[in-house]
Amino acid sequence: MRLSTGDRLFIGINYTLLFVLGFAALYPFWNAAVISFNNGSDTMLGGITFWPRAFTLENYEVVFKDKRLVDGFIISVLRTVLGTVVSIAGTALLAYGMTKRKLIGRKVYMVLCIITMYFSGGLIPSYLLIQKLGLMNSFWVMVVPGIISVWNMIIFRTFFIGIPQGLEESAQIDGSSNWGIFFRIILPLSGPVIATLSLFTAVYHWNDWFAPSIYISNVDLLPIQTKLQQILNSNIMLEQMQNMDSAAQGRLNQMKAVTTKSLSMATMMVATVPILLVYPFVQKYFVKGVLIGSLKE
Amino acid sequence: MPQIRLHAEKQTYRRQSLLIRIVKQWDIQLMVVPGLLLVLLFCYVPMYGVLMSFQDYSLFKGFMNSPWVGFKHFEMFFNAPEFWNVMRNTLVISLLKLGVGFPAPILLALMLNEVGSRHFKRLVQTISYLPHFLSWVIVSGFVISMLSTDNGSVNMLLQSLHLIKDPINFLVEPRYFWSILVTTGVWKEIGFASIVYLAAIAGINPHLYEAASIDGASRIRQIFSITVPSIMPVIVVFSILAIGNLLNAGFDDILLLAGNPGLREVSEVLDTYVYRVGVQNSRYSYATAAGLFKALISVALLAGANYAARKSGNSLW
Repeated sequence: MRLSTGDRLFIGINYTLLFVLGFAALYPFWNAAVISFNNGSDTMLGGITFWPRAFTLENYEVVFKDKRLVDGFIISVLRTVLGTVVSIAGTALLAYGMTKRKLIGRKVYMVLCIITMYFSGGLIPSYLLIQKLGLMNSFWVMVVPGIISVWNMIIFRTFFIGIPQGLEESAQIDGSSNWGIFFRIILPLSGPVIATLSLFTAVYHWNDWFAPSIYISNVDLLPIQTKLQQILNSNIMLEQMQNMDSAAQGRLNQMKAVTTKSLSMATMMVATVPILLVYPFVQKYFVKGVLIGSLKE
Repeated sequence: MPQIRLHAEKQTYRRQSLLIRIVKQWDIQLMVVPGLLLVLLFCYVPMYGVLMSFQDYSLFKGFMNSPWVGFKHFEMFFNAPEFWNVMRNTLVISLLKLGVGFPAPILLALMLNEVGSRHFKRLVQTISYLPHFLSWVIVSGFVISMLSTDNGSVNMLLQSLHLIKDPINFLVEPRYFWSILVTTGVWKEIGFASIVYLAAIAGINPHLYEAASIDGASRIRQIFSITVPSIMPVIVVFSILAIGNLLNAGFDDILLLAGNPGLREVSEVLDTYVYRVGVQNSRYSYATAAGLFKALISVALLAGANYAARKSGNSLW
């Protein structure tokens, strides 16, 4: 079909705007990556935009030799894996139980859950509860309070209800227990929804910095996001140098090229890589996930 | 009298049988009870704990023994010199985010829908979804780096265009804060929020466009006469729900971007205020009162919004 001049102009403007938008979305990330690969003192001279001028891996060397950052990374991984597995398992089980019509108290349970979506006690009572439970300064404070997500429960439940009743009935006739049905029939059929909700839960755990920042004061237990926040907030560069082993410190004295800025950029990249790694694989899932989440029937 | 006894007996009978019935279905009860106990512990205990906003709570006396003081902390909060400032910031930031952040993803979805090249569309989508998955710490790191006076990209650009002579200290001067906050929020969420609208657009019957173009409607005309009206129900529902979130002006983003105490005057919102007086200054009862005030208004707004959404025939639940 022939396009009118107006349409052609419109299409041109549209492409241009989208290009600018895409560029603006990517640039901060790109620039931070470039700075992380650039010699720190050279960065201070300015003008680093699209490409490293004095390429170096020193910044990353410092990050990987800093025991506290490596520990933070490990804590983050542990927390994400454990938190996601426990939360998805617990929430899916709760959701499956809630699909059972004969479950006594189902309505009351459901109302109990839904109320929490509207109203919460807020930060301070939760904070004091965590204190009372002795979860302060414990690894579990990052896992246990988040096990049940009511929102995910409802999505799971909607999905489970959609699974043909006949499958369950025939398994029941074959003598399967309810738990057997859950593990052998329901879960294997729920691949996409498990993938989607696991992704969102994992991203939440990986990215959460606030809860550890108020509940954990023991530096060894802080996940990388919280440590990164502290680095960004205050120049703890000197401290960092003291925490490195002496060999690295010696090398650092030679280099003198690693600045707080380049170091924080390198740490940021390290803290982002896991997300970048899984991102391409799960893209098709999360688009689906958003739709079940927002337009659920 | 006998009637009453009969009634009482019936009650015990029923209660027993209920218990027995629950025990009989222990397998499915066991699926839900542990999860529900966690919900009770981590959601309902704090809800009950909200009552301490009517106490002079002290850590040493505990919840049970702290004296009750009625509305003292609410009165203190409403009369606090910072109250109106906090309220203003909450509403202004929230409205700015709504005004800019709400239409932005719709616009992006409309624009993406007009792209003919599938590859280009996918590329822009992939790039624009990504920031949603980055933590606010990382995003704030980007912002701090981009806006830095020490050769931050924004200052370099403005200087090379000769718009400014000396670098601007964006994250120190209060007048820039709201724009920075809103822009960052849009940057992070525009792509992800557009997914819903793109899905709604994908559901439009393509014959409508064919018919329109045969009638000679231009591309822009088609957007406003076909696409926008078709996705209107989704827009309505989301805008109603956004109003329910009016007091959620943000938390992570504000804490991380307003690291400079000089920004407090424009950055302090209800949630950050609760955090600061409660967690940092340990004024537990006072902070809980401020938090409860916010929670109550939010519930009212949400309930109203849901009611309105249901009325509009596009209920979400």
